[in-house]
Amino acid sequence: MLKRPQYVVGFLAVALALAALSLPESAAARLKLALGSLFLPLFGLVGAAQHAADRASQAVLPRSELIRRNESLRRENEQLRLQAMQAAAIARENERLRQQLGWQQRHSAWNLKLARVILRDPANWWRTVHIDLGRRDGARENLPVLTSDGLVGRIAAVGLMRSQVVLLGDPACRVSAQVLNETRDTGVLGAAGPLDRALVDLDFLPRSAVLQPGQAVVTSGLGGLFPAGIPIGQIVDWRPVESGLYLRARVRLAAHLSALEEVWVLLP
Amino acid sequence: MNVFRAILLLLAALLAVFWQAASPWPARWLQARVDLLPALMVYAALATGWPTMALLALVGGLGFDALSANPPGVSTLALLVVGAGIHARRELILRDQPFAQFVLGCLAGALTPLLAVVLLLSMGRAPLLGWVSLWQWLVLTLASGLSAPVTFLVFDWCERALVGRHVSETSFRPDREIRRGRY
Repeated sequence: MLKRPQYVVGFLAVALALAALSLPESAAARLKLALGSLFLPLFGLVGAAQHAADRASQAVLPRSELIRRNESLRRENEQLRLQAMQAAAIARENERLRQQLGWQQRHSAWNLKLARVILRDPANWWRTVHIDLGRRDGARENLPVLTSDGLVGRIAAVGLMRSQVVLLGDPACRVSAQVLNETRDTGVLGAAGPLDRALVDLDFLPRSAVLQPGQAVVTSGLGGLFPAGIPIGQIVDWRPVESGLYLRARVRLAAHLSALEEVWVLLP
Repeated sequence: MNVFRAILLLLAALLAVFWQAASPWPARWLQARVDLLPALMVYAALATGWPTMALLALVGGLGFDALSANPPGVSTLALLVVGAGIHARRELILRDQPFAQFVLGCLAGALTPLLAVVLLLSMGRAPLLGWVSLWQWLVLTLASGLSAPVTFLVFDWCERALVGRHVSETSFRPDREIRRGRY
């Protein structure tokens, strides 16, 4: 038999939960950031433990292995420097041709900032991660987040020292994308597929789109959130939907979202 | 004793939520994130009262929602419903039996995400659901079932190790001693 104080405690807990649920979006985001600060001591603890583990692993790494890695990194660095020189030459040529034609400059140099993934969404039905870059580092809502493989998502909520990133395939992360085919067809990248979470639906492609498996998909630049040309993935297959009104293609993402450790935030 | 148990439960809930979000390993192997809060709620429902249960649901649930994209309060309500259901029938449950703890853990692990998803859908949210979700649900259920007896073991051990027990009084009284003669 329930007693009165038990009713009161249960009622209070339910009322608090309902009050939290009925908060407006901005207040709920602030509440979540405030509650998330409960875990700050644990962040520090984990960071210190990782640092200690890194130092310990470096201390026991054999010298021959270090020399091998150093050599590999030196070669990769030389390759990248050559590629950067080539890219700079192409950019100069592009700028000269634009000046001759009187075209406006479309792209400015990207201002990227490295961030570490510190937490993943504990719920299985969302695709979000937390990164250690916050408002004090210049992070803002809706900034694009990418890796060297391609686009990862966008920043959804910003705290002082960390931010929440919604990843591609989450229902809250829609991206205007372009297929690199002859007609440059554009569509909207939506939620991940029901079986393979590395496959994401690309909706609203025109019926006349000429698609091939393996065609690259990049950001279109429409909508203003993501700059054009960031790689997203490759076309796997496609089918007509809504009685053939438009095509829906499945895109295999270029970035490995389940193994993210470090990401780049594209600052304005 | 109750206060100590409540503090221990809340600390365990915060640590469990942080571990779920910070550790990439179970998800990398199983393609599903396990949730330890339902197992803690089973322990709270069987071993403590309403105040501890409500505190666990509030702290654990809001902590979980703070690190997830859930609206705050969804996990709290789901945990409270599961905890209240078990608590209401706790006199009929063989709470010391590991098998009963396993079954209750499975039940809580299955119901909590289900209730959370129903709440999200009723709020007009669109959680990412598909055939993979069935596998994730199975993993959540089994992980919760397996972690419930472990939770009981750990908390019982903590109580034995950290909380002093009252010395039981003997029934011996010198004035009631029967003095026998030779025969």
